[in-house]
Amino acid sequence: MLSTELVTAAYIGSSVLFILSLGGLSNQEKAKRGVWFGIVGMAIAILATVLGPEMSVSKYLIPSLIVGSIIGLFVAQRVQMTGMPELVAALHSFVGLAAVFIGLNQEINPTKMYFGADKVIHDTEVFLGIFIGAITFTGSVVAYGKLAGSITGKAVILPGRHLLNILMVVVCLVLGWMYLNDTVLATYLNQTGIWTLVAMTIIAFVIGAHLVLAIGGADMPVVVSMLNSYSGWAAAATGFMLGNDLLIVTGALVGSSGAILSYIMCKAMNRNFVSVILGGWGGSGEPLADIEGEMVATDNDSVASMLENAKEIIIVPGYGMAVAQAQSSISELTKRLRNRGKNVRFAIHPVAGRLPGHMNVLLAEAKVPYDIVLEMDEINQDFPETDVVIVIGSNDIVNPAAQDDPNSPIAGMPVLEVWKSRDVIISKRGKGTGYSGIENPLFYKENSRMLYGDAKKSVDELLTKIS
Amino acid sequence: MIIGALKENKKDENRVALTPESAQLLSKLGHKCLIEKGAGTSAGFADAEYKAAGVKVMASSSDLIKNSEALIKVNQPTTAEIKRFKVGQILITFIWPAQNPQLVKDLNKKKITSLSMDMIPRISRAQKMDALSSMANIAGYRAVIEAANNFGRFFTGQITAAGRVPPAKVLVIGAGVAGLAAIGAAQGLGAVVRAFDVRPEVAEQIESMGGEFLFLDFDESSSTDGGYAAPSSPEFRKKQLECFREQAPDIDILITTALIPGRDAPKLWLKDMVAKMKPGSVIVDLAAEKGGNCDLTKADKKVVTKNGVTIIGYTDFPSRMAKQSSSLYANNVRHLFDDLTPEKNGKVAVNLDDDIIRGSLVTHGGKVMYPPPAPKVKAVPTTKNSEVVEKTPEQLKIEEAAATRKAGAFQVGMLILGGLVMALLGQYAPPAFMQHFIVFVLSCFVGFQVIWNVNHALHTPLMAVTNAISGIIVVGALLQVGSPNFVVEILASISVLIATINIVGGFLVTKRMLAMFQKS
Repeated sequence: MLSTELVTAAYIGSSVLFILSLGGLSNQEKAKRGVWFGIVGMAIAILATVLGPEMSVSKYLIPSLIVGSIIGLFVAQRVQMTGMPELVAALHSFVGLAAVFIGLNQEINPTKMYFGADKVIHDTEVFLGIFIGAITFTGSVVAYGKLAGSITGKAVILPGRHLLNILMVVVCLVLGWMYLNDTVLATYLNQTGIWTLVAMTIIAFVIGAHLVLAIGGADMPVVVSMLNSYSGWAAAATGFMLGNDLLIVTGALVGSSGAILSYIMCKAMNRNFVSVILGGWGGSGEPLADIEGEMVATDNDSVASMLENAKEIIIVPGYGMAVAQAQSSISELTKRLRNRGKNVRFAIHPVAGRLPGHMNVLLAEAKVPYDIVLEMDEINQDFPETDVVIVIGSNDIVNPAAQDDPNSPIAGMPVLEVWKSRDVIISKRGKGTGYSGIENPLFYKENSRMLYGDAKKSVDELLTKIS
Repeated sequence: MIIGALKENKKDENRVALTPESAQLLSKLGHKCLIEKGAGTSAGFADAEYKAAGVKVMASSSDLIKNSEALIKVNQPTTAEIKRFKVGQILITFIWPAQNPQLVKDLNKKKITSLSMDMIPRISRAQKMDALSSMANIAGYRAVIEAANNFGRFFTGQITAAGRVPPAKVLVIGAGVAGLAAIGAAQGLGAVVRAFDVRPEVAEQIESMGGEFLFLDFDESSSTDGGYAAPSSPEFRKKQLECFREQAPDIDILITTALIPGRDAPKLWLKDMVAKMKPGSVIVDLAAEKGGNCDLTKADKKVVTKNGVTIIGYTDFPSRMAKQSSSLYANNVRHLFDDLTPEKNGKVAVNLDDDIIRGSLVTHGGKVMYPPPAPKVKAVPTTKNSEVVEKTPEQLKIEEAAATRKAGAFQVGMLILGGLVMALLGQYAPPAFMQHFIVFVLSCFVGFQVIWNVNHALHTPLMAVTNAISGIIVVGALLQVGSPNFVVEILASISVLIATINIVGGFLVTKRMLAMFQKS
């Protein structure tokens, strides 16, 4: 048995280790060590809690830990890197659900009795913890469904959705007021404690699902990072509820991490957070500028000879590459081109893919060295000196309308200026538009050539022509 | 449709309108191809190659004309040839309808549907059929090669053991397709290249090819719809000639490509300029066919002036590279058939609403279709540069300072607001809460500072690791799991289970991902 002071000391140690773990992610080499800090921190925290004075054991504890570990192990080993967005969303939902359960437990069987201002604060904490947890849970479940393809990726918009949301939040607030004033209300109503919380939980579940349902495909990176942030705030609220500083610290770290990621994603799309969450693309409603020219198709032979003659090559991958599972073929192509002394680099837009940094992980998995994979800001000025750009499975992030057409829904969004290079090859499945549904004038530019077909197949065929 | 390629009968013409490669692509559109015996020989394509590509070789031109529905060639047909054409046949070739009104009449008499390759409108969709551009490109390249052939020195500057060789100085007048190709070729050989054009907007293109744009300080742009240059005012011409006169003694090679549609070529290089040039210099006049840009040019001839300047006035540069020009021309023709057979079923449809077909159509169904209405799309993009005012460094500095001040004011405002909220909270909240609150606020700040430094490439691992550490919520569940209340015990156990999935799954998948990041 450890004393309360020792447990606190252990918690301080864990907090520091968690911060170091996150800080380690500033570069690829330090990060590998950073994960160990996190693991050790977690082990210390759990051990200290289990051995601490407040702990009493249940017969379900050991089985829960074992089953959870096995599932976690299984999932972590089995997941495809293209499936990372789904996994991340699923893990967010778990934190949300746990926060809901812990909050309800706190109401059913309080560990301490509170009075006066303490009680108001504590009840508010319980209420908030459950509310955030519930939204995180269903929001993440819906996000998971969207990413896994079991729910339509397009925005599902109910009539009067804003009104509906406002109404539900108001009902929740009323329920919250009733919950906080249960002693006063007890004169009129039999019991206002637990049922108000349960009702609020159910409504919050609906809000969470409804909120994420209304957000479409290309905004998913923002949604996932937002839910990441929520899962942190849910943990922090739970910490306040239980008076546990470790939970508060960790929750705040995770919450701010998700908030920054959301901010970065929004900035990369030139949209503000509120408009993403409340849904819909912007645009002035004015007619879009006409697109001149025509799409010119090309074939593997010409692409092979273009690459043959190029010195500077930049590859711009997008979600389409992940869908086609083309990353390993691209990696092989990169290797062969680099062996011939060509400078091949990758340009990654912050919102490429369905998760922040998704493309980097996919390319890393395919053994593309990370020092040739560059951020938009690092590489955008190099396009004019580039001979060939291969755009593979990306669309909106290379759309020149963002700069040229003030009426475009994506006007002002920072984009990769691929059209400034000598030749652009666009590998694309068909003639359709991107997730935002916007026509891309890039395809009609004089130096653009369309390579139609499945990305992986196209690249594999290219590989037979380039040894 | 059966397409027949005639042998060219013009003197010194080596090109052919069909290559084995283009024949194969035409057959993909559903067409059958015929070729006259020996038509490709001078361009380097043997009859056997055509046969291998599925083209039927016809013994004589009359056989070919009899068996074809469409005829393709390079030069305009002679009157004798037209007499042998079938009524209603399709003809695709260079016709130059403005210069050859009699030819147009003859074609119309036979009710021939004739499309002229020189009339393809200059819109971006039509670039792949623009035979004038592809021929001009070859002419520009070849002009440099001819110049080099007649120039007694290296193009590139060298420092050799025997002494220093200065680089050749090349001036290109007229930066159209031919001019740009010449700039590129001369640059590739190592020469110092300057170029002049009456359209200031082509400066960028010249520079992109590695040439230096000779800037004329004069406020007049002369670009017409359709991407050609227009004739200029006398004042402008005076300035221009002054500029050339200055250049004359300095340059070694001059390549002129200035043409105005429907007119004789402008005289830009006068006798006195030739006289000022160094002996051994070379002038290649690509406008020779239209009278030449240089006073002394003789079409189809090479002349050497008294002061030793060689003036080349050949008009058959593309034919001098027959294999290259034939394959490009055949491709241009093939692309036109692409447009003519929209269904790819071998049936030709003359769609008068198609800008390209309408533009190139000279005669059709017994009617003269030339001249076509103006194309709807403009070839030269309107330059917006003039509207953007470049900001001076001072202005930028002032703006930057204003932005900094604004950001500072915003930050101070937020701090005051935050302070007020804190004060309000401190007034009413119990001390235990405030203690936790300090921890919370500080952790948020630490979080923000730490996360800003995270490498963008590692955002996915960041999410996975935050997934793992947000599993810390397990601590809350652990504290509740021993509760005597059964419901609480079950809910807490479930929480422990799922939080454990988070912890184990999150950390392991992060480790897996980070192990994949390898340096090259």
